[in-house]
Amino acid sequence: MLQAEHTQTPVHPHSPVTLHQLAHARAGDKGERLNLALFAYDPDHYTTLLEQVTEERVLALFAHRGASRVRRYPLPNLAGMNFVIDDVLQGGVNGALNLDGHGKTLSFLLLNMEVNPS
Amino acid sequence: MSFLLGSGAGFSGDRTDAAVAVVAELIKRQQPSALVFETLGERTLAAAHRAMRDDPESGFEPLLDELLAPVLRDCLDHGIKILGNFGAANPGGACQVIAELATQLGRADVRIAQVHGDDIRQQLHSLDLQRWEAERLDMPSDDALISANVYLGAKALAEALAMQADVVVTGRVADPALFLAPLMHHFDWRWDDWDRLACGMMAGHLAECGAQVSGGYFADPGFKDVPGLATVGYPIIEVEQDGSLIITKPANTGGCVTEQTVKEQLLYEVHDPANYLTPDVTVDLSHAEVRQLAPNRVAVTGIRGKPAPERLKTTVCYEGGWQGEAEISYAGPNALARAQLAAQVLRERLVFRAPAELRTRLDIIGLTSVFDSDSGELQRSASAPANGDYRLRLAAEHSERRWVARATQELLALYCAGPAGGGGVRRQFQRRVFTASYLVKRSDVHAHASLFESSPLGERRSERYVAS
Repeated sequence: MLQAEHTQTPVHPHSPVTLHQLAHARAGDKGERLNLALFAYDPDHYTTLLEQVTEERVLALFAHRGASRVRRYPLPNLAGMNFVIDDVLQGGVNGALNLDGHGKTLSFLLLNMEVNPS
Repeated sequence: MSFLLGSGAGFSGDRTDAAVAVVAELIKRQQPSALVFETLGERTLAAAHRAMRDDPESGFEPLLDELLAPVLRDCLDHGIKILGNFGAANPGGACQVIAELATQLGRADVRIAQVHGDDIRQQLHSLDLQRWEAERLDMPSDDALISANVYLGAKALAEALAMQADVVVTGRVADPALFLAPLMHHFDWRWDDWDRLACGMMAGHLAECGAQVSGGYFADPGFKDVPGLATVGYPIIEVEQDGSLIITKPANTGGCVTEQTVKEQLLYEVHDPANYLTPDVTVDLSHAEVRQLAPNRVAVTGIRGKPAPERLKTTVCYEGGWQGEAEISYAGPNALARAQLAAQVLRERLVFRAPAELRTRLDIIGLTSVFDSDSGELQRSASAPANGDYRLRLAAEHSERRWVARATQELLALYCAGPAGGGGVRRQFQRRVFTASYLVKRSDVHAHASLFESSPLGERRSERYVAS
């Protein structure tokens, strides 16, 4: 039987994993501005997120779409953080030629980032 | 005793049977409660204004009847207040539909209130406007303008409830204000009690997208599993006099309310969490905490409030030319190469068949699409199996219809003149609406409520009550 692998694999310290193994995320849009809220499943991984999912890396991840600025707001009480990314929606919900003008799918572009859990 | 806020819909196009389970639960609890329908997006309002130009009887939520028919009688009989921004561009029209529906259901005595003051299209150009900080677009010229609506706060809605309205119909208001208003009315909180206002506003924020806080827009099989997504229960929020909140959902429904679902929705469309701007209060979420109390019961604490912003956000909608899309599929052996050849043929054709200013984008769905840029940067380096199931998509925009028609017709022509085995062409194009966000002075906005009087002759008039 062919079956896609879609279960959480054990996370070993120092071996790279996608962020998707450690965290969940949701995207929201307003005009040309996207926010991505990212939360560690296990609060122990919050530090890893804080150290490795930086504004610089997120800006680089969205550079191909013209992102001009990323601001990160850490929320330690929620073991999460909010990213606000400007000019990344290529026209936004009313202006984009992209199938996904809202950028709703982009939470999973972020979750595809590789991190090394500490 | 807590006040219960139920969500009946989270956007225009949401499930029309969702409110039934919510209302059943509200009745069972026998507590003061309200049911809220949030059905008005940025674009929905422009579509409504445009519809009203063609047909003055339209311009409100097209599914209004379908949303309200299953629950209106129960809500009226049990004192559950209904609030909705389903009035869109024509709240009076929506009031008339509701009055007629209530009459059919044997409750011609329904009290319906309408909120006025969000539509500032007529005076737009005489107002002192500021561009919203992330806005890139210039103010459109008068002939391109379709609509301009201010995001009103909860005051005029609370006023409507003070008139003993059973149903409150609005156009543009801040979505969570639909939920804050019944709390203000019920608890009689002061309008400068910032912490309580912030709690009430966040109750609305958490519930305004319907199932998004109770298991919708959340499932990721194997990582975030959600039971019964097909019958996901829409949220009910329990709010206490002191502003404390518990998020839950009706019994015997699918979905789940967990710390994870609540956290994701808490920050949905929020920018700086310490300064979430709403018309009635600036919310500070930096100390917020979520805690699972029991299955499908999550408390949110630590929400704080600060004075409301000086200005109110306004969405301006204007004509944005034409946009079109067309797609064709290639599958089986060598499908990727055939799809890529089709893309190349289209690019070559459009160079001499369309003007240079035609803006286009080509995706090969199955290779890359939604993550990519308009210029296809990811597509150039992406790899995928040669044999597969791929769909070439063209999107085009131009100020003139004919060029969008031409571009999409060029994709259609790939049927006979493109690579082998292309099929399943779909093509559509339509007028586009642009939106831009501006900030207006609070003193330039005059929100108020009035009770609606339906006329047996179908003539609409409403009695005006000026806001105190």
